[in-house]
Order: sequence, then structure tokens, then C-alpha cells
Amino acid sequence: MYDLEKMRFTKTHEWFRVEGNIGYVGITDHAQKEITDVVFVELPNLGMEFSKGAEAAVVESVKAAFSIYAPVSGKIVKANSDVTKDPSLVNKSPYEEGWFYALEIKDKSEVDSLMTYKDYEEFIKTGAH
Amino acid sequence: MEKLIFEMSSAGRKGYSLPKLDVPEADLKSLIPPGLSRNTEAGLPEVSEFDCVRHFTRLSQLNYSLDTTFYPLGSCTMKYNPKINEKLAGLEEFAALHPYQPDSSIQGTLEILYETEQALSKICGMDGFTLQPAAGAHGELTGMLIVRAYHTSKGNPRKKVIIPDSAHGTNPASAALCGYEVVTVRSDKAGRVDLEALKALVDEEVAVLMLTNPNTLGLFEKNVKEIAGLLHKAGALLYLDGANLNALLGITRPGDMGFDIVHVNLHKTFSTPHGGGGPGSGPVGVKGHLLDYLPVPRIRQKRNKLTLDYDPKKTIGRVRAFYGNIGIIIRAYCYIRSLGWAGLKDAALDAILSANYLKARLKAHYQPAVDDEPCMHECVFSGKDKKEYGVRTLDIAKRLLDYGFYAPTVYFPLIVEEAIMVEPTETESKETLDAFIEAMIKIAEEAKTDPALLREAPHTTPVRRLDEVLAARELNLRWKSSGA
Amino acid sequence: MNYSPHTQKDKKEMLDAIGVPSVEDLLKAIPQEFRLQKLDLPEGISELELKALVSEKAAKNRSTRELTSFLGAGAYEHYIPEVVGTVISRGEFLTAYTPYQAEASQGTLQAIYEYQSLICELTGMDAANASMYDGASALAEAVLLAVRETGRRRVIFSSSLHPEYKQVIRTYLEGYKIELVEIAHRDGLFDEEGLKGQANEDAACVIMQNPNFFGFIENAEAIDAACHRCGALLIACVNPVSLGVLKSPGECNADIAVGEGQPLGIPLSYGGPYLGFFAVKEKHMRKMPGRIAGMTKDIEGKRGYVLTMQAREQHIRREKATSNICTNEGLMALAACVYLSLLGKEGIKEVARQNVLKSHYLKDGILKLSGYELMSGRPFFNEFIIRCGKDPDRIIGDLLKHGIIGGLPLGRFYPNMKNCMLICATETKTKEEIDRFVELLGKH
Repeated sequence: MYDLEKMRFTKTHEWFRVEGNIGYVGITDHAQKEITDVVFVELPNLGMEFSKGAEAAVVESVKAAFSIYAPVSGKIVKANSDVTKDPSLVNKSPYEEGWFYALEIKDKSEVDSLMTYKDYEEFIKTGAH
Repeated sequence: MEKLIFEMSSAGRKGYSLPKLDVPEADLKSLIPPGLSRNTEAGLPEVSEFDCVRHFTRLSQLNYSLDTTFYPLGSCTMKYNPKINEKLAGLEEFAALHPYQPDSSIQGTLEILYETEQALSKICGMDGFTLQPAAGAHGELTGMLIVRAYHTSKGNPRKKVIIPDSAHGTNPASAALCGYEVVTVRSDKAGRVDLEALKALVDEEVAVLMLTNPNTLGLFEKNVKEIAGLLHKAGALLYLDGANLNALLGITRPGDMGFDIVHVNLHKTFSTPHGGGGPGSGPVGVKGHLLDYLPVPRIRQKRNKLTLDYDPKKTIGRVRAFYGNIGIIIRAYCYIRSLGWAGLKDAALDAILSANYLKARLKAHYQPAVDDEPCMHECVFSGKDKKEYGVRTLDIAKRLLDYGFYAPTVYFPLIVEEAIMVEPTETESKETLDAFIEAMIKIAEEAKTDPALLREAPHTTPVRRLDEVLAARELNLRWKSSGA
Repeated sequence: MNYSPHTQKDKKEMLDAIGVPSVEDLLKAIPQEFRLQKLDLPEGISELELKALVSEKAAKNRSTRELTSFLGAGAYEHYIPEVVGTVISRGEFLTAYTPYQAEASQGTLQAIYEYQSLICELTGMDAANASMYDGASALAEAVLLAVRETGRRRVIFSSSLHPEYKQVIRTYLEGYKIELVEIAHRDGLFDEEGLKGQANEDAACVIMQNPNFFGFIENAEAIDAACHRCGALLIACVNPVSLGVLKSPGECNADIAVGEGQPLGIPLSYGGPYLGFFAVKEKHMRKMPGRIAGMTKDIEGKRGYVLTMQAREQHIRREKATSNICTNEGLMALAACVYLSLLGKEGIKEVARQNVLKSHYLKDGILKLSGYELMSGRPFFNEFIIRCGKDPDRIIGDLLKHGIIGGLPLGRFYPNMKNCMLICATETKTKEEIDRFVELLGKH
């Protein structure tokens, strides 16, 4: 089970769940609704390194493509092959089965700079996206 | 629905005939060693000629086309494609020419190409044209390569290309293809370049600004002179995406406004048919300081004969094999000669008149993106006020198909929410425009009274609304025999 | 001639509805300083006059119907069944736009789907797009795909690649930091040793043209081995008609297959419009440039077709698109689709076989003459190179007086081949025409 209260969020609508020194990345329920039906997900290769805010993955709907940015800096250690096989998981289960990749966190302090769920909800309400 | 041609196949049927071999038979294996030969035969269908004719005729009848239907597609200039031009371009003396024939045997074709270059130069106010690019986006690539070659010759190819957020997607794609970083400049609500924002972006690393004029909201870029001044002062160039040239014919010329490079679309402005997605032709015109960079080969006049020059020193090189989409260029030549200068101007004026008429009659029912000034050859509405009924622009577009019209361009330009972009062109009669207006008004009514009718549209087309999500998730891009 | 239907009465009513007295009032946004008084162009003319004018131009050309042509070199004279022209000149295909509104464009979309399928069958590849501009630009796009996919920067090809294709690749890659490695051919073929030396971990792709520009059939096995050993992609650039007899790109283990589709039912037209075909193995499907049609269902479960994977394309992805291509060569793809449907499984083999036999008959004839020799005895498909005792340009000039276009002198492309000529014979040449050509060559 996921616990939104324990997860962190970005202004570009990624969620970030920390497990030890590894962080899992996906997109929020709000984002999947905006994107509508996801038809394709392109994930980074294992071992690739990204700095905070760099484009690490891409999701496509029929009429649009969206970049998924790395919430914090790190090296890719896992990629969710289920979601590339069945992109609808992003819509059906954005916080669990629809995760994209996990990275090894380089600098823990970057995690603290991310929004809490409460902040994120507020952020969506103000419509600043 | 029509079966696939593969599903009509029956072993042993033939749709072709060849003369009996009149040279000695030989064992192919003795001429082409087995290691170089094909092992598995190509799984092509086997059908009779008549089956084939029926199949493709029936397929054709599933299409809406300009010859059967009004096509109000914004930015696409779907004007009548004159039949005589088809006939003339198809003459054996043009169609049966090999691209490597000696120049002396193709003087007629070269004359047409040369005169078309001249005519386009005059229409656009440029100093020279190349007719080689195969389409608008190909012209853009050619243009960007000329920009790069020009700046490189000055010592620095520069890094950035500025593109308004209202531009066609091909603009940023072409700039990126040429290795440039794309910088987006904001537009105001009329789709015009925000001058202040532009000033902040122009520096010594900007290579060119790609501008569409009239812009994608169908409005003339009034500040073009200031924009050109800004760019030129920084040593940068100004490029015109000529998609909307139809509004300017004979009225004004890009070259006079300060554009250094322009591409035109013969398949839009100059009435060549679109063929369900091409072929097109995207000639590129330049001012004198860029003439040397045009792609090869160039047509030159030497002692009353026309020849091809393959090696000017500074050329960007070749953008395609052979010369260009000659068949399309001949059609455009016929169009320009038929209309003459006065006819071209009338075409532009009538296109502008028709677009404004549509806007005037529809604005009580659809919100124009800009309403405080006349539009040029096309007008843009927003369908956002229909959202309250649960109806989106896409639904309006699909419903129009039920009324026997093709749909306008939708969701473009990106800066207009739920955009509906209508370009009537000069060749549609007032009766057709009135019928379209009536249909649009009815649809606006239906959006309120029966939104489901729109959401489930179309109802009368050969297929109902198609599932694009399914198509993209479970890709099926080709027929496969059940055995495979 | 003017194609506008507006009468004075129409115009008056339209202006009244707009609420302005004249069209001039609609042009106020255009600054006066940019307004034009008159265009320096001739007056318009009637259809009758146009026909006379253009016919006069046409008469200054000497077509391959009037002359007997032995030119190939990337554009080939094949017989085009009448049905091809009949289908593609139907207004419903000719005057339709790109099939963005799928429900109103099922004819075009199904034809594209069939075209894609036919190209896959012919090339032995998994997926094809709806077309590119021509063979050369398709090849350039294939190179870009290989560079994107591998993240590598070295592009390797042989000097036996069509010279104009080489030029187009150079032009397209101008903005990239790409290393183009041209390996000198060895007796007309890709130099396998040279390739092994150059194909390293920096190589993005190896381009194999087959048959190559000289007409020779490459040894695909060796090229495949050297290419894939270093993890580069193999791009096969092929003549589609030759695939009736030659190993398909799929059989050659190619990752990408491209080529000039003109031989598939498209007139020579002095170089265009032609057709670039583009096909890939499944793993590169998502990276293909251009439009792609896919099969789907409508809301009632009925089969139908749409443009799919559009998020790769410029109108959505803008500067991150896989290509800038928008308008392609749709109608030419339809021509190829009709042509391949008519030919079918047997027809494509028969046309290819006749090409092999006629060109070899021509070769045998020339070999009997003194003053000519083959550049190499390598196997070829429908064209080959002869070395002449005399300047080929003079021979070509003399032959033209007899109504024959003798071939392509190669000095323009290869300075060390000034005495060479590339000659082609397709199924369109009769024994009589070939005999006459040989006889006239013999007089030199």
C-alpha cells in the first residue's frame, strides 16, 4: 500500500517514494487524468545518471507527449517493464503498479526540497501548472 | 468495410502482363549466385486486374475529398485543383523524362522550371528561388541549412533559432534537425510576436527568427518591420514560413517586409493537389546575400540554352536526389500562368473576403480568437464555451462530417484553447459557405440540446468514431498472413 | 482564367454581412508602405492558350518514349500498368488531404496500411511508414535514426553508394558532429577489409546500397557480420524491383531498409515526385520518422484505420520530433500500392527476372565488341559499368543523333572513371532495341 503522506511531489507532477537510499518515481493521479489514456512509456536504461530536473522518461497519449523529470539527482537502478508492456497501468494505478523507475539518491537534501502531499494539493488548487 | 487486398488474394490470379521474353532464357542461378538471391518469396497478393480496380475504386469512395466536399482546413489552403494542370503535367514529354538525360533533350522542362523560379521571385519579392525541396518542411530544412551556411561563412554558425509559440510544429522540428537550439517567443492574444519579449531574446547567438505571416491566427504581423530591424541589427536573419502566402498574393511581398528567406507551398498557395498527404513542393526563395548558398543543381542560362550547374562554390549541397518534384512544379507553373498577376491578386482578395464573411456570420455562435480586427485568409474560433455542455472541439469537428463537410483544423494554433481554424479559400462559392455556416450554427444548437449526438459523432461516415487509444496501445501496422 | 466563383452580387452581400464597404477595408493591418501596385507578371490566359503554351514547351523535350533510353542510376524505366494511373488520378484520392479526420479518410488510410504491408512483405521487415520524399532523403533519415538509437557518431559507407545520396547525407548531417567515413570500393564492391578496420564501437551505422550505384550485388553476409559485430545498425538501401530476385533486407539482417520507390509504378518525371520507402525491424518501430497508419476499431467494433504513434511527430513533439517531415509522398505510395497489388507474388519475380536477362543480354552483346570492357565481372541486377576506349560524352552525343540515350558517363561523379559509363536495361527494352544499341556502340 502506498501512503501519500509519506511521499514527496514535484511541480511537474511526479511523485517520489523513498525506500532507503532508493527513490521510486511515477506521476500523480491528477497528472494521469490530465494526460488521459497513456499509450506509450519510454523509460531510461539502467545505469543512466540524471541530475535533478532532467528529462528521464517520456509518456505519450494519443495527442501529446510529456516529459517525466528526475525529482532528484541519481542513477537509475530499476525500470518498470510492466508499464512499458501495459501503459494503461499509469492510468489504472498511478501510485503503485504504474511507477516508472527507481534511482539511487545522490543527495538526500534534494528530497527535502520536494513538496509534501499537502503542498502539492495546494499547488494544484491554485491552478499553477 | 472493404476487405484488404491481401484478403482478396487467390493463388494463381494475375493482374499484370509482360511481353514474352525475346532474349535467350538463362538459368538465373548462373547469373546471380544463390548466396545473393532471395530465399523466401515476397508475400504479395494475387488478384486479377478487375479485382484490383474495384478494390481501389471502392476505397476511393470511402474518402471525403476536395472534388466532392468543402475542406475548410485552416493553414492547408484547400483550393480547387484545376484539371487542365493535371493533364498538362502528365504529358509524356514531361512524365517520361529520365533525370540524367542530356540538358539538350529537356529544354522544355528547364524553361518551365526557370520561369517558375522567376515568377516566384517576383511574387515574393526575393532575388532567387530553388524549386528542389519536396514539401514545406523540406523547404524549412533547406532554409535553416542556408542560415547555418551564411553564419558559418561569417565565422560563427550561431546557436539559436527563435520561434513564436503560435508556429507550426515543423518550424521547431526543422530548426532542431539542423542542430539549432529552439527558443520560443511568446505571442500576444492576437498571435502576434510580443516585441518586448523578443527584444529580450535577440542576441549575437540568434541565427534566425522563423515567422509565419499572416500568423496562424490569420492576422497580419503588423510589427514585421520592427521585428526585421531587431533581427538584422543583431546580424540575424528573418525567415518566412509561407504556409499562409495565399493571403498576400499580389497585395504585398515578403521580400519588401524584410524577410531574407521564404519557403512557399505549391500544394497550398499554387493549387497543386494534396494527394492524400503529398507529394507537395516547397520552393525556397532568398535575398541576394544568400543566393550563393542555394542547393544544387542550379539552373543557369547560357547562350539561350538552359543548363544545370552542379557545383557553385558555397552551396549547402543537395537536399534530395535529382532535381525536384517536377510534376508538381509544372502544375504550379500552369496555375500562375492561368491567373496572371491580376488573377493572383483577386484570389487573395476573395480568400480574405470569404474568411471574413464566415467569421462575421459565425461569431454569434462561436467565439472568435480575435474579434477586434478583420482577419486575413483564415479565422480561428475557440470551442471552449461549448465545454460547459460536455462538448469539445473534436466533437464539433466529427459532427461536421455528418453534415457532409470535412472538418476545420482543430487544436491548432496551440495558443488558442479548443481551437477551430477555418480557411475557406477563394474557390468556394457563397452557397457553399452559407451551407457550411448553417451546419455550424445547427451544431452549436445541438451542443446545447443534444450533446451526446456530438460526442458520438460521426454517425453517417463509413466507420463511426475510431479508437485511437487502441490503435496506439496495440499497434497493428501491417497485414500478416494467418500462418505467419 | 480565374477559379473564383464570387459574382459582384455575392461580393456585395458578403461585404454587407461583414459590415464594411469594400475589401480594401479588410486590409488595414497591412502597412501602406508594403502595399504593392502591380506584380511584374504576364496577364492571365485562357485554358486554350495555356494548353498551347505548355504543349510548345513539351515539344522542346525529347522523352524516353521518343528516344530509347539505357539510363538507370537510381531512376528506372519500367512498364506502368494503366490501372495505376487510373486509380491515382481519381479525385477522391488525388484531392484529399492528409487523413487527419480518419472517419472521412478511410480510403486513403486503408491504402496506406496496405502500402505499409506490401513494403514489409517486399523488404522482409517488420514495420514501414507511409512514405518519405525520395530514396536519398529516406536514407538520410535512416542515418539520423541510427545516430539517435545508438548514441554513436560514425557513419560508414562505401564509395559505391549513389553519389547524390552521399551528398544528401552530408547536407542533412551538417548541423551534427558526425564523422562520415567513406571507404573506397574494391573492384566495385564494399571493401570488406576496409569495413572491418572502420567498424568499431563509435560506429552508429553501416550503409549498404544493394545493388550498389555501379549495379553490382553486394556480399551482404560479410557486411552484416562486420556491422553487427561492433553493435552498429545495418541500413540497407535497395532497389525494390530487384527484391523479386535478390536477398531482401530482412534476409540480409538489416535493421533499417530504405530506398527509392520510383520503380514501383511511378513515372520518371525528370526526377520527381518520387517515393522514399522506409521500413524497420520491430525494435526500432517507435523511432521511425513520418506518418504511420494503424488498424483499430470504431465504437461499434467495426474495423478501421487511423494515423497512429503521432506523438513522435512534429505537430506534437515539435523540436523533439523524430523528424520534421509533414507532407510526404502519399499519392506516390498509392501508386506503388496499386503496382505491387497488380504484380503480386509472381509478377514481381517475373519483372525482376526479365531485368536480369535483358541487361545480361546487353552485356554479352557489348562484350563481343572491341573497344569496350566491363569494369568488373561481379554479379549485377539490371545495370553495369563499361569502360570505353573513347570519351563517353562523345559516344552519348553521337548515339543521341540516332535516338538513343546511351547511359550515364561517370566522370561527373568519379574523376578517375572518366572513361566509364553506367548502362541499364529493364524489361521495357526489346531485343531489337538492344541489338541496335550494341550495333551503334560497335561503330565507335
